[in-house]
Amino acid sequence: MRFMLLFSRQGKLRLQKWYTATAERDKKKMVRELMQVVLARKPKMCSFLEWRDLKIVYKRYASLYFCCAVEEQDNELITLEVIHRFVELLDKYFGSVCELDIIFNFEKAYFILDEFLMGGEIQDTSKKSVLKAIEQADLLQEVLIYCYIDQVDL
Amino acid sequence: EEAEKRANMPAVSKGDGMRGLAVFISDIRNCKSKEAEIKRINKELANIRSKFKGDKALDGYSKKKYVCKLLFIFLLGHDIDFGHMEAVNLLSSNKYTEKQIGYLFISVLVNSNSELIRLINNAIKNDLSSRNPTFMCLALHCIANVGSREMAEAFAGEIPRILVAGDTMDSVKQSAALCLLRLYKTSPDLVLMGEWTSRVVHLLNDQHMGVVTAAISLITCLSQKNPDEFKTCVSLAVSRLSRIVSSASTDLQDYTYYFVPAPWLSCKLLRLLQCYPPPEDGAVKGRLVECLETILNKAQEPPKSKKVQHSNAKNAILFEAISLIIHYDSEPNLLVRACNQLGQFLQHRETNLRYLALESMCTLASSEFSHEAVKTHIETVINALKTERDVSVRQRAADLLYAMCDRSNAKQIVAEMLSYLETADYSIREEMVLKVAILAEKYAVDYSWYVDTILNLIRIAGDYVSEEVWYRVIQIVINRDDVQGYAAKTVFEALQAPACHENMVKVGGYILGEFGNLIAGDPRSSPLVQFNLLHSKFHLCSVPTRALLLSAYIKFINLFPETKSTIQEVLRSDSQIRNSDVELQQRAVEYLKLSSIASTDVLATVLEEMPPFPERESSILAKLKKKKGPGAVSVNELEEGKREGGELNGGGERGGDSSSTPSPSADLLGLRAGPPVTAAAPSAGSLLVDVFSEAVKQPSPTAFLRLFVCKNNGVLFENQLLQIGIKSEYRQNLGRMYLFYGNKTSVQFVTFTTTVTCPGELQSHILHIHTWNSLEPLIEGGAQVQQVINIECLTDFSDAPLLNIKFRYGGALQNLTLKLPVTINKFFQPTEMASHDFFQRWKQLSLPQQEAQKIFKANHAMDTEVLKAKLLGLGMALLENVDPNPENFVCAGVIQTKAQQVGSLLRLEPNAQAQMYRLTVRSSKDTVSKRLCELLAEQF
Repeated sequence: MRFMLLFSRQGKLRLQKWYTATAERDKKKMVRELMQVVLARKPKMCSFLEWRDLKIVYKRYASLYFCCAVEEQDNELITLEVIHRFVELLDKYFGSVCELDIIFNFEKAYFILDEFLMGGEIQDTSKKSVLKAIEQADLLQEVLIYCYIDQVDL
Repeated sequence: EEAEKRANMPAVSKGDGMRGLAVFISDIRNCKSKEAEIKRINKELANIRSKFKGDKALDGYSKKKYVCKLLFIFLLGHDIDFGHMEAVNLLSSNKYTEKQIGYLFISVLVNSNSELIRLINNAIKNDLSSRNPTFMCLALHCIANVGSREMAEAFAGEIPRILVAGDTMDSVKQSAALCLLRLYKTSPDLVLMGEWTSRVVHLLNDQHMGVVTAAISLITCLSQKNPDEFKTCVSLAVSRLSRIVSSASTDLQDYTYYFVPAPWLSCKLLRLLQCYPPPEDGAVKGRLVECLETILNKAQEPPKSKKVQHSNAKNAILFEAISLIIHYDSEPNLLVRACNQLGQFLQHRETNLRYLALESMCTLASSEFSHEAVKTHIETVINALKTERDVSVRQRAADLLYAMCDRSNAKQIVAEMLSYLETADYSIREEMVLKVAILAEKYAVDYSWYVDTILNLIRIAGDYVSEEVWYRVIQIVINRDDVQGYAAKTVFEALQAPACHENMVKVGGYILGEFGNLIAGDPRSSPLVQFNLLHSKFHLCSVPTRALLLSAYIKFINLFPETKSTIQEVLRSDSQIRNSDVELQQRAVEYLKLSSIASTDVLATVLEEMPPFPERESSILAKLKKKKGPGAVSVNELEEGKREGGELNGGGERGGDSSSTPSPSADLLGLRAGPPVTAAAPSAGSLLVDVFSEAVKQPSPTAFLRLFVCKNNGVLFENQLLQIGIKSEYRQNLGRMYLFYGNKTSVQFVTFTTTVTCPGELQSHILHIHTWNSLEPLIEGGAQVQQVINIECLTDFSDAPLLNIKFRYGGALQNLTLKLPVTINKFFQPTEMASHDFFQRWKQLSLPQQEAQKIFKANHAMDTEVLKAKLLGLGMALLENVDPNPENFVCAGVIQTKAQQVGSLLRLEPNAQAQMYRLTVRSSKDTVSKRLCELLAEQF
């Protein structure tokens, strides 16, 4: 996967994750262009489209569009389910997630995405494993490192 | 700042809410205008800046909060130019969330500031060695997110170790695998798998499905690059796949997704197998075929759930399996089953499935086993082209029609595509036009159909008919005399339309100018009627078209002497002879003069009918190939069809770089490039063709390299346009090379540029190359320009730098890449020594890797004097009276590089009777022995 974008129906970018080095200027241009293309599409249209030299796979959940750019040889249907699994993870973590959760806890959304995808590839598809990692991190929040190390060493 | 009254904030914030952050986000959301937002942001930036600069040391929480705010501002699309240092400080915090925010900031806003990178790398190093899995994962994520070369240099060695270590936690293994993959993609030279290969491959057997899922992405990428080293993964992948496919839907617990067992892993396994040919081992292959059959069978079973996730996951595996079946292209039974399955999807109510089925069938159409099966779906596909509401689906349908086209259905498909073109989306019209043009040409049985089709194209979508298309129809009409009369009649009729496209005027002008005589017998299309028809369009046309029409007029004077006075009058008019456009004015003047002074015989010779064009690859095809997208697949297929005896000429081995092929536009008409008379004169026309066909034959970049191993001066390259001469001199580890570029033609070369590049390793640490004087972008006809290149040898090397030359000649881009003859022996310093010393040193260099030896057949006469001259040219000292056998030659020298000196000894033993040589080189460095041996073996 080259990048993933979350944007609203009004064209507000809510989350962006780039898996290849891209200049900021190009990112902005691509985001603008792609949002325009995707927002112009009607419901019931196909979830895949060709854009530049990439394949775009997108799906709308309530007010949010989830949009992935994948390479020629990547599997479109499984990418749709990558999106869905990510939505499930957000949902499970926030408890029926809405756009506001992602706006106000954007850093958490990034952490969840990072646990799920790394370098554009799936790290783990198990919902339990991913959420365990996130929740463990939440538990760890204010715990001092040395305490943790002590526990491990015991 | 932390006012309570803000609205529209979620009641619960997960984890450690940062109140200040939530307030700030809420403020931004409440901004009514962009200006208000910017104002609020600037206020916040000023606040943060003052906190960071303040005397009071910030506590970790505040630092985290401000860094997070900066991140939020950045993600809103604003520039952030501070805070990096505070983020780096957070990396070494002893609180997890502070560290986490620090890493997030670095990942999103990495700065190539080297000082910072060093600090970041230090923090990462600490976390990697902390043995705390959560911290290790954070660090690995950061490396993968940034993926820079500096990070690869720092960590590419360490990560494989973490990946395969027995005591690494599963979650860390997963991160390590994907982190390594990212580094491999950015800096493959730094990721050396060598000793780890087998252990990495065996991760496919890991008990933890998450580990397998992550590792397989890495393995697939590595297999694509080094298939041989990783080929043991095939049998492991097959058995893993087989276990998943045969498992019940609940066996894999959390790795079952909507009743489908491990869909992601299944897809990845099937994708990995596509890096390899079908397994040779019968048992493995049998097991795999069984898996593929099971997957196809499951597609027929009733769904276990009505949710779209279930069917998507199941079909994702199915499509990946079909890709593998197509990739193998060896199991007719599976191919036909795949085709039938896709056929069902063509009418599925899910748009996504229809889209994918059309796309996948496109590749099936190119297999001989399934081509016929694909063809049976033609009506459904045509229907899709007509009725699909989504342009991307229609596009796929058009692609598929193109791919399934053959002689049997060409007329139907071309007709459908033409009628679709009338309403097609603008974005795909040009590609559609190209495809119709190609199909019409490829499957034309009678050429009147071909001519009709192209003229229809111009009528329906004239704006999208590129030069290549209308040049090609002219080329074909000129080459086939059975269609010329028909073409003349048809264009004449087409031109009757009150508003016809300019491209139609071009084709009409050209064809009537050549073959108008074939329809002149009919009083309705008498010479004057033809002329008046053409001339009625003249004033509406652009300059190039007018120029073409003027050429057609002079041809008319030759074809139909009775039109001479009318046409001369037109040429003589002020609007022609005093036209402000130089090209038009020149044509008018010259044609007028030509028509008044030349005898009929001379006119007839100069303006003779165009000779046939040499057959070669259709320029349209080349154009389509440049276009990206799934159409490319079908173009490959087309090329294959062509080799089987299609109408197009061969040339399938053309390399990928179609830009190096001069645009055939120039050779067809030469209208814009050459002077006007040349354009119409047949002899000059065919000369142009010859020149270009010569230029098409690109020399292999190494062809000339061999000639320069033993000499420093000579002609590096020559074709009919350009000669490149070379003079070079070397001293110690330095060299200077003079390149002379000579324009052999009488026309100037424009936008002449040269670039010297050092590919691969050469670039960074082997050879320093500086080009001196920059060249003028223009070389006049017959002129020569000089360029100087300075070379410094840093350490020994084997590859040669590349010289790329680009210029335009008569509108056509010429693109040439040559290897510069810089070889390691250029840096030899000859060393004289006595027999005793020679053999003593020879013995000292006795490690097996220090010696390189080659036994080879003589390619040239074994003349002693020639051999001596070549060895001297090599740069070593030729030692007399050293070898006990007077037939043999021995040499000694030292290669001077900046890093070190490499002593080398050489012995060449000719065997006149067998016409063979044995060449032995010994050097203090193994790579040097090897390279010298390779270079020299080609010389004798």
